[in-house]
Amino acid sequence: MTRENLLALLSGVLFGAGLAISGMIDPARVRAFLDVTGNWDPTLAFVMGGALLPMAIAWQILKRSPKTLASNSFPSTSNVDWRLISGAAIFGIGWGIGGICPGPGVAALAVQPMSALLFVLAMAVGMRIHSLIFPARSASRA
Amino acid sequence: MPGFPQAAPVEGLVGGLLIGLAAAIMLLGNGRIAGVSGLFARALGISPGQTPRQLALAFIIGLPIGAGLVELVVGVNANFPAPAYLLIAGAIVGFGTQLGSGCTSGHGICGLSRLSKRSIFATLTFMSAGVITVTMMRLLGLSP
Repeated sequence: MTRENLLALLSGVLFGAGLAISGMIDPARVRAFLDVTGNWDPTLAFVMGGALLPMAIAWQILKRSPKTLASNSFPSTSNVDWRLISGAAIFGIGWGIGGICPGPGVAALAVQPMSALLFVLAMAVGMRIHSLIFPARSASRA
Repeated sequence: MPGFPQAAPVEGLVGGLLIGLAAAIMLLGNGRIAGVSGLFARALGISPGQTPRQLALAFIIGLPIGAGLVELVVGVNANFPAPAYLLIAGAIVGFGTQLGSGCTSGHGICGLSRLSKRSIFATLTFMSAGVITVTMMRLLGLSP
């Protein structure tokens, strides 16, 4: 295994562990965060805060060492278009219905295999439908 | 937490720091965004992209390994919706994240921490849509 793939695996393991420890792997807890006028559970805000801190530092480190990773082009930050907004709105509706976003859905394959598999398969179908409707779209993710 | 007995701020913060550390490793070690929807689509060969498929697959396989380890050591609570909700939600999430180029991890963590205008708009949009959806479902008496 290459160094790159090993780092990606390590990142995935830590990411999945973080989702499980934080409670974000529990769809009921995520839906409780979105239920602001109901029995609100603010936990997700703490997760976001905790995750943003190391990443804000990481972007600063990256900025100060442009040579090492200069070969990679990161996604555009400025082009707000209808695809971004309608895609995010559609994603938000699906997120609200199930309380599951892609990370917890995949991570939960080890915790609630049958439920998570149904979600993940349906997610792959939804992604495939997108690629059939917009075949020419090149990848500029996140 | 006062006023919110069901909240788990410490676990949330610790888990969140781990997620951020994981994304930082992906960024500084590999020069990649730890966006799960994009890496998942890339790993399955659904979307084209500059990220090598093997690298995307390695990250995606790591997710259940990490969650499984936590389940083994301390146990994990996960209350999943009924199958019909899973299928509908999954398909909508898959389509939306591809159209919007990211999800909670790519836009919400990697993009926001970079102060990306696109990610700020995307995160505000999917958070609002999620709040409206959950609220409407509660008012309609739909509980997954």
